[in-house]
Amino acid sequence: MIPELGQGMLLVALGLALWGAGTAAAGAATRRPALVASAQHAALSVFALLTLAFALLTYAFLAFDFSVRYVATNTNLGTPFYYRITGVWGALEGSIILWSWMLGLYTVILLVRQRERARELYPWALAVMLAVLAFFLSVMTIAAPPFARLSPVPVNGRGLNPLLEDTGMITHPIALYLGFTGFTVPFAFAVAALATGRVGDAWLGLTRRWSITAWYFLSLGLLIGGWWSYHVLGWGGYWAWDPVENAAFMPWLTGTAFLHSVMIQERRRMLKLWNVALVILTFSLTLFGTFLTRSGIIASVHAFTQGAVGVFFLTFLALVVLVSLGLLAWRWDALGAQGELDSVVSRESAFLLNNVFLVAAAFTVFFGTVFPLVSEAARGVKVSVGAPFFNQVNVPLFLALVFLMGVGPLIAWRRASRENLRRNFLWPVTVGTVAAAAGWALGIRSALAALALALTTFVAATIALDFTRATRARLRAGERLLPAMGGLLRFHNRRYGGFVVHLGILVIVAGVTGSQAWSVQTEATLQVGETTGLGGYRIRFDGLDSREESNHVRVWGTFTVTGGGSRPTVMQPSKKFYPQETSPIAGVDYRVGLVEDLYLVLGDFTRDGRQATVKVQVNRLVTWIWIGGAVLTLGAALALLPERRRMA
Amino acid sequence: VSSKFVAGGAVIALALAYLIYAGVTQSAVYFVTPSELAAAPTAGKAYRLGGLVAPGSVRWEAKTLDLRFTLTDGKSTVMVRHTGTPPDLFGEGRGAVVEGQWAPGGYFKATLILAKHSEDYTAPTEGRETGYRELFKSLRKPDS
Repeated sequence: MIPELGQGMLLVALGLALWGAGTAAAGAATRRPALVASAQHAALSVFALLTLAFALLTYAFLAFDFSVRYVATNTNLGTPFYYRITGVWGALEGSIILWSWMLGLYTVILLVRQRERARELYPWALAVMLAVLAFFLSVMTIAAPPFARLSPVPVNGRGLNPLLEDTGMITHPIALYLGFTGFTVPFAFAVAALATGRVGDAWLGLTRRWSITAWYFLSLGLLIGGWWSYHVLGWGGYWAWDPVENAAFMPWLTGTAFLHSVMIQERRRMLKLWNVALVILTFSLTLFGTFLTRSGIIASVHAFTQGAVGVFFLTFLALVVLVSLGLLAWRWDALGAQGELDSVVSRESAFLLNNVFLVAAAFTVFFGTVFPLVSEAARGVKVSVGAPFFNQVNVPLFLALVFLMGVGPLIAWRRASRENLRRNFLWPVTVGTVAAAAGWALGIRSALAALALALTTFVAATIALDFTRATRARLRAGERLLPAMGGLLRFHNRRYGGFVVHLGILVIVAGVTGSQAWSVQTEATLQVGETTGLGGYRIRFDGLDSREESNHVRVWGTFTVTGGGSRPTVMQPSKKFYPQETSPIAGVDYRVGLVEDLYLVLGDFTRDGRQATVKVQVNRLVTWIWIGGAVLTLGAALALLPERRRMA
Repeated sequence: VSSKFVAGGAVIALALAYLIYAGVTQSAVYFVTPSELAAAPTAGKAYRLGGLVAPGSVRWEAKTLDLRFTLTDGKSTVMVRHTGTPPDLFGEGRGAVVEGQWAPGGYFKATLILAKHSEDYTAPTEGRETGYRELFKSLRKPDS
């Protein structure tokens, strides 16, 4: 009975969302507040119904209701309590419920916060949000109903994909989906701007913090995904250019471009068309990403094969693109630029280049991801391009972007004079050059690593220079050091929030460069008592052991590690055997450090427990990627604080 | 000024086109079946070869980490060699996808054996459960 209730709620929510989208649009077009009020009630009801349906699905998981197909496929009697909750969004149907719930939440926040502030744009934005919600609800009622029954009812369920039994899987989808769905709000306002013809700055001002929020959650989702991959999958990497990683990375790239290009429009009244187009592109890419993930057209670790869902997403994506292009064509004249570029050496140019490189990176990622499909369709040969392609094409683009990260915030608007360039960049360029030279002297022989070192220190120096200069100006005005610095961060939170995010990215760049350039690995088969070595560590195999856990059997090897400048420690990489899986799951054991991680993966072993194969990796600087994520979080939080007017 | 921007844009577009072209030609991986590969093997070209691990063909030397097996599609077979532990999903009679090159010695030198995860619904079967129990027991008493 409860599953039917849940499915019924989703159906009613679909009807309400459609009604709300229609009345909000009609109310906006005819300027009748009563219609908009009706749409608001519909939006609130949709959110309430989604919350209830989500709660009912969670209840079905907690109560082991195996008559529900989705529950039976993603949990079993041995699944621990926490993973029964996270299992709710462990696969297709539940993840779409979570997605829609978040979209509903954003719609309600939009309603509460912007109902009074944006009288012209708000009704249209509400209509777009509800239309997108209606689409996801239609997926849940027709293509992938989460409450569908299973007959006959099995005694026990299949169980959650063991790879998802991890804390990373609690947070990764939540952050990622908050990012994905978050970009619906700027998109909704862009459509509202086009619909009303008010394509000026109003919609940008309204969506600035929404865009930063969405961007931040998307960044966090990507980072947590990398962390999960690193400590669960047992290959020692955090990014594989897997189609689904790419799917989330593309909107991140175009979203990042958007965050930067809005500043040009605010300041110089340029790039109106470009900004609207970027938001539409970013939103379309979030849909495309979901399509890639959920349709199973491209083989991937994330792929769930569900044909009908793919068709739904592709149709909706086509609809979104067509309607957006139509609106763009309709408002073409209003989208012309008022300002123009004065000089090649200017802040406008730096930002423009930043946008060109970011969109180019998004394009190459797209190209590489769909290449197998295109080549098969065009030439009949299935050819794919792997990680080497993505690295080769994107590394130059990313290094150029890091360079621009230093140039953009300091170079003068309109036209940078020689004096301006000397004043802002002489010191940072010197610092970068000296750092690279010092690195070379200390034994860095990778040209790429030396270049990355030069660029990151250059950018860090520009940030330090700017902050020191601004602090000095406040000190001259009679403030003390700490209040002066605090005041800068608080009253110029947007600028310095951005700088802190840049610092976070620099730290991530350092971590990625270090791990790519200096990580080493080996593999060895050891008898009990034998030792292997890598990077100054000695690893002795002491034996195998096993234990029966609630839903699997765990076999682990015990290894004593000496060297590496610390006391001997015991590490126990394992293999987990789940009855519902045809093959075991690796349980990595790793020792985290600021300079390097020691990372052990248990391979093959003999049944008598006398011999085991172990993969040993020394991964260098990886920890800095996660630290960079924390810095980025601080910066985003700072940028999100409400702007305060300067009071003297 | 605008001509400078046009020229700059053209340079960037050309550089990007070159990067993509070079990237594709250098890292293209061709998907083939054992029959297709056996018909026209080209040394030095990157392949992704998919097939069934022929029953009885797997030779695994733990000490030297040398793994040999043959992949078949029913019509042709290809001998594959790899250095490293067989991945968790690997086994005789199961599907496998390997990435690597055709070696002059007349075999496929795999640099990567791809783990494919099945999302198919399978209820836990009695046979497999007991298989794991046996493993569990044998490890409990390492000396027996």
